Amino acid sequence: MINQEEQLKQLSVYRYGFRDDDARYDFVVPKGLSRGVVEAISEYKGEPDWMRQIRLQALEIFFRKPLPLWGADLSDINFDEITYYASPTRRKVQSWDDVPEYIKRTYEKLGIPEAERRFLAGLGAQYDSEVVYHKIREDLAKQGVIFVDTDTAVREYPDIVREYFGTVVPAADNKFAALNTAVWSGGSFVYVPPGVKVEMPLQAYFRINAENVGQFERTLIIAEEGSFVHYIEGCTAPIYATDSLHSAVVELIAKRGATIRYTTIQNWSHNVYNLVTKRGVAYEDASIIWVDGNLGSKITMKYPCVYMLGKGARGEVLSVAFASAGQHQDAGAKMIHAAPYTTSIVTSKSISMAGGRASYRGMVKVYPNCSGVKVNVRCDALLLDEESRTDTYPVMEIEEERVEVAHEATVSKIGEEQLFYLTSRGLSEEEALKMIVNGFFRDFAKELPMEYAVELNRLIELQLEGSVG
Amino acid sequence: MDNTDALVIRGLRVSVEGKEILKGVDLVVPKGEVYALMGPNGSGKSTLAQTLMGHPRYEVLDGEVLWKGENLLELSPDERAKRGLFLAFQYPVEIPGVGMGNFLHIAYQARTGQEVPVGKFHRQLLQRLRLLDMDPSFISRNLNEGFSGGEKKRCEILQMAMLEPEMAIMDETDSGLDIDAVRIVASAVNRIYAESQRQMGVLIITHYQRILRYIQPLHRVHVMMDGRVVLSGGPELAEQLEEMGYEFLERKLTEEGVLPGPTPGQEFGH
Repeated sequence: MINQEEQLKQLSVYRYGFRDDDARYDFVVPKGLSRGVVEAISEYKGEPDWMRQIRLQALEIFFRKPLPLWGADLSDINFDEITYYASPTRRKVQSWDDVPEYIKRTYEKLGIPEAERRFLAGLGAQYDSEVVYHKIREDLAKQGVIFVDTDTAVREYPDIVREYFGTVVPAADNKFAALNTAVWSGGSFVYVPPGVKVEMPLQAYFRINAENVGQFERTLIIAEEGSFVHYIEGCTAPIYATDSLHSAVVELIAKRGATIRYTTIQNWSHNVYNLVTKRGVAYEDASIIWVDGNLGSKITMKYPCVYMLGKGARGEVLSVAFASAGQHQDAGAKMIHAAPYTTSIVTSKSISMAGGRASYRGMVKVYPNCSGVKVNVRCDALLLDEESRTDTYPVMEIEEERVEVAHEATVSKIGEEQLFYLTSRGLSEEEALKMIVNGFFRDFAKELPMEYAVELNRLIELQLEGSVG
Repeated sequence: MDNTDALVIRGLRVSVEGKEILKGVDLVVPKGEVYALMGPNGSGKSTLAQTLMGHPRYEVLDGEVLWKGENLLELSPDERAKRGLFLAFQYPVEIPGVGMGNFLHIAYQARTGQEVPVGKFHRQLLQRLRLLDMDPSFISRNLNEGFSGGEKKRCEILQMAMLEPEMAIMDETDSGLDIDAVRIVASAVNRIYAESQRQMGVLIITHYQRILRYIQPLHRVHVMMDGRVVLSGGPELAEQLEEMGYEFLERKLTEEGVLPGPTPGQEFGH
């Protein structure tokens, strides 16, 4: 049994749990969800009518749709207690000097401006509902790469936004996609012109600060023919007694021969419901790679998806989940093969400890006449103790005979033999455990930029600290 | 004999899952000497090795184990390692994703309590690989992951060479190896022993005499049967044993009253 004390112990290792008590908000809507709230958000943003209509229609869908009952337990979410929009500032700036002091302090603690200087091609920083900082390297802007927050995109690139918004994840897809579409704010809009390769990553950093405020960013990435882009997002929040809600929608469009790599290191505090819909469409010979690390949150439900619509398209999901006391990581992947010679690879690794629960929920679908499809799904789960839990829910709908499908799932317990072996070499039990866990995640860490791999390593070690009795 | 610089085992009784395997082992392995411990399958050789290193599944019922005068049985496995004890495992486990080089570096620092810069450690590592005639590509692999049986054994030897133990217990390192591999392992042990300025103690646990033929020097041979050390002698004992076989010896010792009669299931304690 997990008692509150243990949960607190887990929370205490969370080093992003600070809050800005002197935060000021320019505009906050009343708690709860209504037509009035949605209209107020849209009006404050000064949006065109078409976007307001999209929001209002989505709100109706949200009210109509029931909560999903097939995954994690969401029954404790009180939609009436959530503030759906809180804007710290009306201004988006391109220099850290112009960011309000208390916000800058937060991002400095998170090491963000530093990272931008060192290895990023562009950076966006979202604080509660609004993006407060956005910048892209000039040389990329000159090549026609657009990297702005999605609100700015609605104003400055309405034609592109209208063409793609909601085409990959329609509001009716699920209750939380509808919610996001109704109250969305912030997020990134990326457009990469044909043939342009953005070698260094673009990054967005999402931070919830205020209590009971939901964050509903909306991200849309369009990679034109033969282009390449790597987008990274990181997420943290303070620790509050009440739960917060983060419900994002991410839509990716990879045109012929384009590659989009989308990396998430989610480290929400352990009182955040993280219910995210991420989906991409890959056309002929295009690739979409989701690299997805779930460390934080109370409950995460997230199944990055690739629709392979053109011949030779590739989809990949590489994910890790770490479920500790009081956490349920319900993560997975959806691979939809709607064209011949398409390839999907799913590699999922999860660790459960201190009563945490990790689930893999996966779906692979191959449509008729899609010959030459290759599917490879691999799920490895590691249990650190008896009270923790892991489950696998794989679904395969294969409607074509000429396909190669491989599925492998393993569950292992941290073996007494492994621990004995390493301790017999002089490592303490805790050092041995960290070594085994980091080894387990190594294939994932290799896919991250070095700075992130190091940070992931550190985060995992923090979680394991004091876990050996 | 001065026992302050030795591994001293006295009256050691050990059970695994409620079954008594070691029934009073007496054995002294001094530093600087190379001993063999031979015996048939099931005689308790591996149980002794695992108990000496501190495997949690082995329950000590009675007896004591002293290392340089200190009670080893009260120490955790890592504390035993830090005091210079090393076990070459009979069945080394795979640790996926953990690189050999990194592991050896961390283990070396843990074992010796010294910080060693990566570059310096790497040079030492390459030098040891040469000493052992091993391919440097070995260290870019993950610890025992996907290793063949022979590679796992050689990996144990490499660790033994790197961690510079004062007392090395080798649990059937020769089993499952072909004759060439046995010779390579034996010569590696000889070199590690020589490198230690003949200061290291070694206990070679084996079923067969063949590896002992190549071990230089070999100071003493002990024979274990039914959970006890029943016979000790010089290196020639290994050859005699090979000729007569364990079964013959068992009958002989039973006749002499050293071993209890062949009554299956009979309980006899101390």
